[in-house]
Amino acid sequence: MIKSGLKNIGQYFIMLKEIFSKMTKWKVMKELIFKEIDDLIIGSLGIVCFLSFFVGGVVAIQTALNLTNPLIPKYLIGFATRQSVVLEFAPTFISIIMAGKMGSFITSSIGTMRVTEQIDALEVMGVSSLNYLVFPKLVAVFLYPFVIGISMFLGILGGWFGGVMGNFVTSEQFIIGLQDTFIPFHITYAFIKTFIFGFLLATIPSYFGYYMKGGALEVGKASTTSFVWTSVAIILTNYILTSLLLSN
Amino acid sequence: MIEVKNIEKSFEGTQVLKGISTTFEKGKTNLIIGQSGSGKTVLLKTLLGIHQSDNGSIAFDGRVYSELSRSEKRNLRTEIGMVFQGSALFDSMTVEENIAFPLRMFTDKSDAEIMQRVNEVINRVNLINANKKKPAEISGGMQKRVAIARAIVNNPKYLFCDEPNSGLDPKTAIVIDNLIQEITHEYGITTVINTHDMNSVLEIGEHIVFLKNGVLAWSGNNKEIIQTDNEDVVDFVYSSELFRMVRDAIRHIGNEKNK
Repeated sequence: MIKSGLKNIGQYFIMLKEIFSKMTKWKVMKELIFKEIDDLIIGSLGIVCFLSFFVGGVVAIQTALNLTNPLIPKYLIGFATRQSVVLEFAPTFISIIMAGKMGSFITSSIGTMRVTEQIDALEVMGVSSLNYLVFPKLVAVFLYPFVIGISMFLGILGGWFGGVMGNFVTSEQFIIGLQDTFIPFHITYAFIKTFIFGFLLATIPSYFGYYMKGGALEVGKASTTSFVWTSVAIILTNYILTSLLLSN
Repeated sequence: MIEVKNIEKSFEGTQVLKGISTTFEKGKTNLIIGQSGSGKTVLLKTLLGIHQSDNGSIAFDGRVYSELSRSEKRNLRTEIGMVFQGSALFDSMTVEENIAFPLRMFTDKSDAEIMQRVNEVINRVNLINANKKKPAEISGGMQKRVAIARAIVNNPKYLFCDEPNSGLDPKTAIVIDNLIQEITHEYGITTVINTHDMNSVLEIGEHIVFLKNGVLAWSGNNKEIIQTDNEDVVDFVYSSELFRMVRDAIRHIGNEKNK
């Protein structure tokens, strides 16, 4: 098992190198990049907006319901919502949800191409299949922080909506909480994480799709495996980055 | 012309190809036949460079593949057309886009020139009213035509077909066989077909290579295969009662003529 794990890690890094070998013609690549932006980024906006708004609302309501001590100021609801959404919910948990949505899409689409010999067809024609298939995804996920930015905004908006409409906090108190002890580096930290998670979201599912063997059933298995390992990689990377960037 | 000399290939200690030497001639339909597990697909994939041979050499019109630089190999691949068993058309593209793909990737032609060439090959393979359809929306026979059109659009010197008739009804299979043969003669391509289909063997087998357990057991053409007494070939080709009857009838007619 250890041998197989090490083999997979080694093969993953070889794949990363191969992605940049023999670049596809820019005229073709440009269209592929726009298509991937549409599939991976624009196609994810709906679910991200929905989840962010309502989870933000739940965070605010839960915080309000647990602040039973009258000495604790109400504006902490806004503060807690901001910290939860900006630091963890938007960058990390949306990325895990994207490992399911975007990751499964990537693994199953590349895996199906493998099963139906479309990847062999590219190779026989002299096209670098890894560059053709994975490079546009890598470029598209450069826009992933844009999705997370929207998630942050809607999460906080959802928190305001849940807190104010549920009469747990006034709008002024919530906004004071949002502005309280704001550390701009937290935004930088969140976007550094987002860039790295975006890279993992594009490459790990591509790896599982590209190197899969078998038929339709194995495509399904590869999608599940890809989700599990992308989530593990995101959680571990999150731990390491938080230790490196936020610990004193 | 493709010259294969003493090709050997093993997988995890099992030797699949055992010193195969043959020549696939230009302007002819060259068929590789043999039972499942005889090494046909491995030989085809070795010719295509998907597998590296352990020993021996493959020369494409004098260019020995293993001696070519990376860029020369890449250039050689642009001279190859391939028709896959399952067609391997790109699902996300229309028929027209599939056929245009090699031109868009490897030539500097304008969009108008590409469309002109695409329409030429679409007419050549008799694809009617399918330009804007996706592969999933057309029949298996039409998918094969698209695959052939994509394989020949960039004027390849070498055309490889992996079981081009699989999954097709007998009538469509013959149409596809004849189409491949016509294109081979018309453009002077070196065509190599990997097949199980005995109709194809008798119909278009201008040069036939019979593999058994990784060894080249017999070679000849579709006329010679009817006359041969090679036990392995007879056992494989005439395993069906129908083909045995056809063979006996043809031999009988031949003998009557000789009298």
